[in-house]
Amino acid sequence: MLDIINQSSLLDIRGVCRSFPKGSGEDLLVLEKVDLTIRAGEIVGLLGRSGSGKSTLLRIIAGLIAPSSGDAKCRGETIVGPPNGVAMVFQSFALFPWLTVLQNVELGLEALGIESAERRTRALAAIDLIGLDGFESAYPKELSGGMRQRVGFARALVVHPDLLLMDEPFSALDVLTAETLRTDLIDLWIEGRLPIKSVLMVTHNIEEAVLMCDRILVFSSNPGRVAAEIKVELPHPRNRLDPTFRQLVDSIYARMTQRAEARTPAIEGIQGTGVGMVLNHVSSNVLSGLIETLAGPPYNGHADLPVLANSLQLEADEIFHLGEALQLLRFAQLSEGDLMLTDSGMRFAHLETDARKKLFAEHLINYVPVMGLIRRVLDERPSHTAPEARFRNELEDYMSEESADETLKTIVSWARYAELFAYDEQSELFSLENPH
Amino acid sequence: MTLLDFRPAALGQALRPNIWDAVALILVIGAMVLIVYGGEQTTAPLSALEVAPVSLDPTNLPAYALRTTMRMLLAIVCSIVFTFGYAALAAKSRRAEMVLIPLLDILQSVPILGFLTFTVVFFMNLFPGRVIGAELACVFAIFTSQAWNMTFSLYQSIRNVPKDLEEASLSFHLSGWQRFWRLDVPFAMPGLIWNTMMSMSGGWFFVVASEAITVGNTTVTLPGIGSYVALAIQKQNLPAIGYAILTMLLVIIAYDQLLFRPVVAWADKFRFEQTASATAPESWMLDLFRRTRALRALSLPFSAFNKVVSNMHIALPGALKMTQKIKGPPSRLVDALWLAIVVASTSAAAWQAYEYLSVTLGLSDVFSAIGYGLVTLLRVMVLIACATLIWVPVGVWIGLRPKLAERIQPLAQFLAAFPANLAFPVFVVVIVRYGLNANVWLSPLMILGTQWYILFNVIAGASAFPTDLREAAGSFHLKGWRWWIKVILPGIFPYYITGAITASGGSWNASIVAEVASWGDTHLTATGLGAYIATATEAGDFPRVVLGIAIMCILVTLFNRLLWRPLYAFGERRLRLG
Repeated sequence: MLDIINQSSLLDIRGVCRSFPKGSGEDLLVLEKVDLTIRAGEIVGLLGRSGSGKSTLLRIIAGLIAPSSGDAKCRGETIVGPPNGVAMVFQSFALFPWLTVLQNVELGLEALGIESAERRTRALAAIDLIGLDGFESAYPKELSGGMRQRVGFARALVVHPDLLLMDEPFSALDVLTAETLRTDLIDLWIEGRLPIKSVLMVTHNIEEAVLMCDRILVFSSNPGRVAAEIKVELPHPRNRLDPTFRQLVDSIYARMTQRAEARTPAIEGIQGTGVGMVLNHVSSNVLSGLIETLAGPPYNGHADLPVLANSLQLEADEIFHLGEALQLLRFAQLSEGDLMLTDSGMRFAHLETDARKKLFAEHLINYVPVMGLIRRVLDERPSHTAPEARFRNELEDYMSEESADETLKTIVSWARYAELFAYDEQSELFSLENPH
Repeated sequence: MTLLDFRPAALGQALRPNIWDAVALILVIGAMVLIVYGGEQTTAPLSALEVAPVSLDPTNLPAYALRTTMRMLLAIVCSIVFTFGYAALAAKSRRAEMVLIPLLDILQSVPILGFLTFTVVFFMNLFPGRVIGAELACVFAIFTSQAWNMTFSLYQSIRNVPKDLEEASLSFHLSGWQRFWRLDVPFAMPGLIWNTMMSMSGGWFFVVASEAITVGNTTVTLPGIGSYVALAIQKQNLPAIGYAILTMLLVIIAYDQLLFRPVVAWADKFRFEQTASATAPESWMLDLFRRTRALRALSLPFSAFNKVVSNMHIALPGALKMTQKIKGPPSRLVDALWLAIVVASTSAAAWQAYEYLSVTLGLSDVFSAIGYGLVTLLRVMVLIACATLIWVPVGVWIGLRPKLAERIQPLAQFLAAFPANLAFPVFVVVIVRYGLNANVWLSPLMILGTQWYILFNVIAGASAFPTDLREAAGSFHLKGWRWWIKVILPGIFPYYITGAITASGGSWNASIVAEVASWGDTHLTATGLGAYIATATEAGDFPRVVLGIAIMCILVTLFNRLLWRPLYAFGERRLRLG
């Protein structure tokens, strides 16, 4: 596969940063000084939590957004607008519902102004390659998710791109379909039948990255930067049950929980902590369920994350969210790819509903600074009410509008469960009254 | 945007005609002949109208109906062309958008019949002594009743194109022009077609109203169903009005079956959904054309042409490209300059209007016009309330019975399309005969044609009400007023609001023809802004017409902003199911 003579890089990213405007007017840095080089003949994975900027980086490479600073070059030319020789596969498939499979695949060729006979031949070849024959005249809405993503692949491959970009291409598919598509793709790749030189894929699925990639860049969040680069030297086809494979997955889990740990300590005034901490919404039901699961057999308070993720059918990203929420509330501790219940977590598991709510409320006040703040403000005001905007403004000093929305949603839902304070959606008012 | 989907059939077979070709060919040739015949009439000199005046002979009605239909067709074509230009510009250029969208918002609330006063004079001067001047004025009136909501629909669709498709077309190097035809327009198609249908429904009302126009001492009577009815009123001929109503019914049915149903059925493929829906709209007309062989082959060049046009590599001027994300923030200085130009020209226009009006009108005129406006406002509110009390229970009753709803729904939509002004004389006869109070009894005419919007939206809402919620309510023994307040009214609220907004807008417009009515020599006038504008129009008193229109515009806009929009937003946020 590797062409020794043509070792010049396809893609060169040097010190790329990207920031977006924050709610309060300043800019929020989502990508900090990223370097990345892609040569011919390799599959490179960008692995990271949601919000680690990996999709942003992919969009910079695709020419859909511009970097705030730094240098992004594709085949030696600075990227301004979608570069030639790069095609993209989308998480949501992004097929045109009013075009048939054939018309969807031909679209990219039409835009290049390729005449119709050649267009037809190439499109049919791509459809054939990706296993879609017989579906040429079907409309996307008539196809299953897996078949739709195959159209997405055919549409990207038909333009014979040097670099194929994939934005979480399997995450909208069910487990079985995703696995079939992955192995089909890898088979075509190792047989050298794909008309492409390299692949860059974004994923938050650790096993997927280890299964497919030659090189994995692990991203850390807030701001997104490359935390580690891992070479995967296992030969294709790879076996998920192979001990070396498992070891690699475990070590990546451990590396990613390490990062998560370092993020959490509540140091006032530092971005991502204190009042300005972004709270990802996790339902209190799910948290209770997870605590109960952890407390019971076979875990008895101590679980290996990959094992837990497998048995609960959760993606790595989701299990991290849950684990971090528990860690934030001091019901559990994350370390080295393990999740361990704390004493209060154990206690929580064996309490009745009302006592659980009380314990939850205590932990919220003590360990989630913004909860304590809201409660204090409500207690101090004679009316015992406060508009949501009062806290939204404060949150937006630290985070984007979207994150502020998410954080407020979490605050409201947790406070309701813990009966800490009430929120009226219509008047957008926090208050101490609870309807009786 | 190709009408026919691709089928790689052998060409020889495709060319051999079949029985469906014969049927379809007759329909196509028939339509062509009618269009040519109708077109020939418009080039005649104006004096021809006096030589062959409109007559009440029912045998003339088919010809009149044709003329009326032609005006409708021409207007809809103009509206579509306008829509594509205006909406595309507004959606693609941020600076144009700052001016165009508020302008559109105001244009939507301008009473169309008030426009007529100016446009007739303008077009008559453009083609002195020719029928075409009057024809164009009429077409323009219909156009102004149709274009705005279509434009809004296209604009909003283009702005809401799914982000992933936008990225896909960028990343596959579609040019701006290709993107417009391959992505923006197909995505907007279902909404645009629905709005075009609604516009058509509204349009019949105005075509009928604008065929017989008197502005000052100019009276134009264009041959058509509207002028036929106008003459029947003058001659106090009730049977003739019956004939006219019957003809109109047939015309609307034909229009629906031959034009709109096929288009709706065809456009079904543009609906943006990832799963196939259970019921797709059907049309016998479209099926017929899809079964033809030779006609399909004939249409291939058209679809090929279409493809070539949409594939052309036309570089749009930089201002029209949506590449701001790449380019970074727009220049503040140019923005400020642009804003200054807009403000300056707006002030100049305002000063002009003031100058013009202040010569003849004083402050007392303004106050009296506002007074009349409030009277009409009161009428609209009372009428909407009455229509609500009647049609909401009826609509819910029908909507909860799927079999019945299926049959009633097309009828309600049809009634909304029927130009109610054709039926006005029937009511006026009753008022005259029994000596009823015009101020009270002319009012219902305003809502005669627009109440059906409330009915068919409520039916749609009740039909869409989830069965499980109904069953839950049943199992908890929710009955009587509690059932209405807690279950069904919140469930249909968003639909009801949509209907009520349309109905109220239509009623304002209708007030101009409804507050003044006559039967032979008897003239009935109700106090109100509609009558004020109508009287001023007839007297050729332009300053008062302008004043009346301005006041109506302001009232309608305020009414929409302060009542309907908040209610609509509330309904969408809190009560939208699913």
